Parts: sequence; C-alpha cells; structure tokens
Amino acid sequence: MPTKIEKDALSGQDTTGHEWDGVKELNTPLPTWWVYTFYATIVFAIVYCVLYPSWPWINSHTQGLLGQTNRADLVRQLDAQAKDRGALVERIRSASLQEIRKDPSLLAFAMAGGRSAFQTNCMQCHGAGGAGNTGFPNLVDDDWLWGGKIDQLYATIQHGIRNADDQSRQSMMPKFGVDGLLTGTQVAAVTDYVMSLSGRGQATAEGAKIWQEQCAACHQPDGKGNQELGAPNLTDGIWLYGGDRNSIYRSIFYARNGSMPAWSGRLDEATLKMLAIYVHSLGGGR
Amino acid sequence: MSSLAVARADHRGPRYVEDVIRAAVVLTMFWGVVAFLAGVVIAAQLVWPQLSFDSQYLTFGRLRPLHTSAAIFAFGGTALIGTAFHVVQRTCRARLFGGAPLGWFVLLGYQFFIVTAAASYLLGITQSKEYAEPEWFIDLWLTIVWVAYLVAYLGTVLKREEPHIYVANWFYLAFIITIAMLHIVNNLAVPVSITGSKSYGAWSGVQDAMIQWWYGHNAVGFFLTAAFLGMMYYYIPKAANRPIYSYRLSIIHFWSLVFLYIWAGPHHLHYTSLPDWAQTLGMVFSVMLWMPSWGGMINGLMTLSGAWDKLRTDPGLRFSVTAVGFYGMATFEGPVMSIKAVNSLSHYTDWTIGHVHSGALGWVAFIVFGTLYYLTPKMWNRPAMWSVRLISWHYWIATLGIVLYITAMWVSGIMQGLMWRAYDELGFLQYSFVETVAAMQPFYMIRLLGGLFFLSGGLIMAYNMWRTIRGEVSASAVAAPRAIAA
Repeated sequence: MPTKIEKDALSGQDTTGHEWDGVKELNTPLPTWWVYTFYATIVFAIVYCVLYPSWPWINSHTQGLLGQTNRADLVRQLDAQAKDRGALVERIRSASLQEIRKDPSLLAFAMAGGRSAFQTNCMQCHGAGGAGNTGFPNLVDDDWLWGGKIDQLYATIQHGIRNADDQSRQSMMPKFGVDGLLTGTQVAAVTDYVMSLSGRGQATAEGAKIWQEQCAACHQPDGKGNQELGAPNLTDGIWLYGGDRNSIYRSIFYARNGSMPAWSGRLDEATLKMLAIYVHSLGGGR
Repeated sequence: MSSLAVARADHRGPRYVEDVIRAAVVLTMFWGVVAFLAGVVIAAQLVWPQLSFDSQYLTFGRLRPLHTSAAIFAFGGTALIGTAFHVVQRTCRARLFGGAPLGWFVLLGYQFFIVTAAASYLLGITQSKEYAEPEWFIDLWLTIVWVAYLVAYLGTVLKREEPHIYVANWFYLAFIITIAMLHIVNNLAVPVSITGSKSYGAWSGVQDAMIQWWYGHNAVGFFLTAAFLGMMYYYIPKAANRPIYSYRLSIIHFWSLVFLYIWAGPHHLHYTSLPDWAQTLGMVFSVMLWMPSWGGMINGLMTLSGAWDKLRTDPGLRFSVTAVGFYGMATFEGPVMSIKAVNSLSHYTDWTIGHVHSGALGWVAFIVFGTLYYLTPKMWNRPAMWSVRLISWHYWIATLGIVLYITAMWVSGIMQGLMWRAYDELGFLQYSFVETVAAMQPFYMIRLLGGLFFLSGGLIMAYNMWRTIRGEVSASAVAAPRAIAA
C-alpha cells in the first residue's frame, strides 16, 4: 500500500502517510511539558519507593529508608493520644464513681468521653439521645429495669443483661402461652388485669387470681416491679414492648427477655466508668 | 490511495455488517435510560429510605448493583460492542469476521448476560464482589460471549485490507483481552452444586481483596477508559473532520497507559490489611498514570485544533469534547486520591462516588452520547439527527446535572471525611456516624436533582433518536452544518 506523507495546512505538521476510513494522523512531536511532567512523576515514584516499603522479594520486601509502616504509625498515634489523655484517664480509672462526680475537671472529661463512647457503642440500640426504641430501654426517663443508681448502671454496662458473662444480669420470664402454663383465654384475662394496673379497663376475678399466682412474685402484688430481677414496673404507663392490649398479650404469651452485651473486656475500665456517668446524667439517674 | 479507499469505505452494500450495529445503538439508548433511572431511584432511597417499601426486591443493596451494572455493563458495554464492530470494520476495510451470525451472537448473547445478571441481583443472588456480582453460571456464559467477541474482533483485524492497525483498534483490543483475563481470574469459584446458584470463590482474605481490586480498578482502566478512548480515536476525528493530533503521542500514551494501569489496584486498599509495600506500589503507579491518561486527553482535544468552530454548530461533537475534558479532570483527580494522605480523608466517603460519576457521567456517558449522535444518522442513512436543538438542550441539561452531582458529592464527601476524623478539645471523637449521615442529607437531595437532570437529558435523546430513525428530518436539522459535513 503506497503511503503519502502530506503537510497539514492548519498546523504545518506532516501526516504519517496512513489513512483509515478517511482518518489521518499528524506526526506532531510529544508536547515537552507532557514529557517532563511524566518524567517528574516517575522520579517521584522512584524516590517514594526508596523511602517507603515497596518492592517485594521472595520472603520479604524493601523496607524503605524511613522505616515507615502503617502499623507503626497507628501505634505512634495511639501512644500520642494516650500521652495526651493518659493522666486524666488514669485518674478516672483509679477514682470511684462518686469521687469523679465531685471533681469538676474529672466530671467534664468523663462526660465528654462517655458521650463519645455512647455515640460509638450504645446509640445503635438506645438512640442518639438515649430515648430508646421498642425493645431498647429509654435511658432519659427515671423508669429503670435494673436500677438507676450509678453503681447499678455501672454494673449493667460492665456485664450486660442475659448474656454469657457470668456476672451478667439474669432473670427469665416464662413463656406462659408457648410453654402451656396458661391457656390463651387465661393470658387474655391476665392481660386485662395488667392493663387495669395502669388504669385502663376492668380486670376480672380470674385475671386477678392468675396475677397473684403467676406474676406477683416478680412484678410484686401491686405491679410496681422488682429491680433485683429486672421485672418492670407495670403501673407507670411506660412500656418497653408496647402497651396496647395486643402487645401486652404477646409479651405474656411469648415472653420477651431482651439482652444486652457485656461491655467489660470490649471497653477499658475508664471508658466504662465514663459511660456510667454519662448515662446517669441523661435525665433519669437516681 | 485515498480516493479509492474512501470510495470503497463509503460503499454501503453487503460489505459491512451493520444490522448488529443498528441494534446496538438502540439497545445502548435503552440501557442508558434504564441505568439513569435506576440511579435516580437509589439516589432517592438515600434521601428517603422508606422508598424501598419494605420489599426485599427494592432494597438499596439489590438496586445498587442493578444501577452500576446497568450503567457500566449494559449501557457502556453495549455501546462498546456496537462501536467496536463499526470501527473495526471501517478502519480495517474488512467485513466483520464471522459475519452477521457471529456479530448477532455477541450482541444478543451479551444482552442475555445483562438480563440474567439483573434478574439475579433482584432475587438476591450475588457473589458480593463489587462490579463482579453475577454468580458462576452467569460468569461462564459471559466468558463464552466474550471469547466470541474477541474472535470476531481479532479475526477482523487479522483479515484487514489496511496495512496498519489504526490506534482505535489497539485500545479496543487491549480492552477485550484484559477484561477477559480480569473476568476469569476474579471469578474463579467452586459452585456448591451444579443446579444451585451459590458458589464459593477461589480466593480468600487479603488475596481475595487484592484480586478483587486488581479486577475492579482495571475494569475502570480497560472497560471504562481504554475502550472509550478507542471510541474517541475514531469518532472525534470523523466528526471534526481533522487528523489525529499526534501519532507519536498515541503510541507512547497507549503503552504507558496499559502498562501502568494494571498495577494501580492496591490504591483501593490503602490502610487495610494489605501489606504496606503493595499499598506503596499501588500509589506510585497511580501517580505515574497521570500523564499517560492525559496523553489521550491531549490527542482528543488537540485534534479539534482548526475545527473549534464546529463546537458552536455541532452539539454532538460538543458532547465528545466535553467528555474528553471530564476524562482529563477525573484522571487528574484519580492520582491525587490515590496518594495515601489524601486517601485517608477521601476513602469510604462520597468523594469517591463523585469521582466515579465525573468519569461515568462526564466521560463515559458523554462520549457515548457524542458517538451516538454521529452514528445514528449514519447508520440509518439520515442527513442528520431529527433535531439539533434538542441535542443542545440535552447537552446543557446533562452538563448541569453532572455539575450538581459532582459538586454535591465533593462537599458531602469531604465534610463526611472531616467529621469522621474530628476530635473535641479533650481528644474524643466529635461526631457519631449517624450525625454524619444526617449532615449529608441536603447533598443527597442535590445529587438526586443532578440525576434527574441527567435522566431527563437521556429521555430527550431517546426521543430525538426515535424521530431520526423513523426518518423524520426537522427544518433546523437540514440547515445544520453536520448535514453538509456528512
């Protein structure tokens, strides 16, 4: 195929002499700035490879003159942070919860740390402001399942509720319907009784009888609950799993027995204390 | 030679396989609208999560791969198959190897892959690898189709009647070969049973992550970059009626691009369990990619020298040239984001999403729009598109959509990254994750608006294409210079 090199009138460049479906190419030299910028990036790459870990060998790799590794960077950052906060963290660790609350500087630090830890670890269930959700208790009100005193909160946060931790809060409400302890009609009767405790409707004699036999031991005869057992107060109109008739019926028939993880072992002691102080401050602490 | 060559190349008899290309043009338009619509839907879901209507089939997790696959594989892939067959026949002056039967098999086989993959996502069947979600049986089918594609393409190149292989063909061929390699290696898996969809991948742990991003990054490099550069190298000089700016630059940037791209994948895994040395290499090879990428931009833009006036009158060409501009912007932003210090801020944020979309909307979709506006009248023997004014409307609406999209994602992504790393004065994290999500919501709305603009532009284009194919020519089109140039 004969080729014919032409001069492009507009640019003054020669063509390569080839043509494909009417498309020709100019033989313009590489733009100088392009070549030198390309060289510069190559030089940068070489220098960077010399300074940092880069090329692999069979069992290892070049370490780089700076001796940098991501892991070492992380350790350095954590160390720096520990140094910044170390003194206060150590004071939190060694002080009692009561002492922390009496010392304004420790308390401010604990509130900031507790808030940060709460937002990372707790708000997924208890909500951003601690107002809870169905099945996850509201931490802002003064209705507590396992006690709202600061030591009680601290124990709950450390060991959790109904989990494998051997100090976790333990109790179990029977599945009255599922396990055949009560018939559906009986569950309905005691449901009406439970509703009457918060001033809704009239209970039957049968409902009252079942309450005394089956429920009063944990929830107390007056229905005000027992924080030793995590048995909720049924008279205050605050409901973890819903207070309508159907929800209460299901709670009795199937039982609920929600659980919370133990945070001891996942979070350090100082963080656990800061969390207890923060949660205690949310509104309902006793 | 040129008079003979031009005469023969312009001959439209049975010489070239063109029905397949016409079908690909229509299918590309269809999938484009589908992809933009799916994008709008999931953008709206990010603002109002209740739009999944509590249906497992409409969750973000299933619709998101539907959107990405529709955009990359259905819209982009169909455009590439159609234009590859057009370009290779034209620039080789040879009928497609295997003729219409092989061409139809590749196009329709690929459509079958798309539909199967989309259906599997909605049913929750996925191997959970980004951009490689389809399970083993779909992967096997695609492998067969892809080998047929390679045979058709390479066969045509081998039987060409031109002495040299035109640069566009290098890029298309690099794309086809590399995608075959990436697809096979990343998808190696053992099915649980021959009748079930579930499989277990051959790779595990950090090796799996590395292979996934070797695949993922080169899907960008070879599918979304090299192949569309092939498109650029044919359709821009044709539409501008100017020679390619520099043959030498095309050689150097082609080889440097394909050599460097394949190493850059580890920048997706900065600060992970991937060894430090691999992260370093991923970063420096990404930085070195800057100029090879810009070589393509220079060749695309400078081909316009002497023909810049055409941008005023040919909005189709304006799409192609703007595409090259976005390509330059995205391929500068990419190396910057690969630098570890920058990546520590940008990674996992919306900045990445914005970066991807300046490439996907600005470069890929725009170069396809420009190409289809050129190809549609050519393939149906019309003097021009039905309405030049509508092309212009499409151009401005789509450009505004992109600008809204990527600026919203820049602001949202950088804000998100800064909020994640913000400490209070006592050294505790300032924000919870959900506070960052809440802060991004206004930008999600702006992004949705940008997406709606882009979708509207796509619908305008589909309408214009339909009228053109029906054979209608409006008064404004007849007066347009493209009709004369053509």
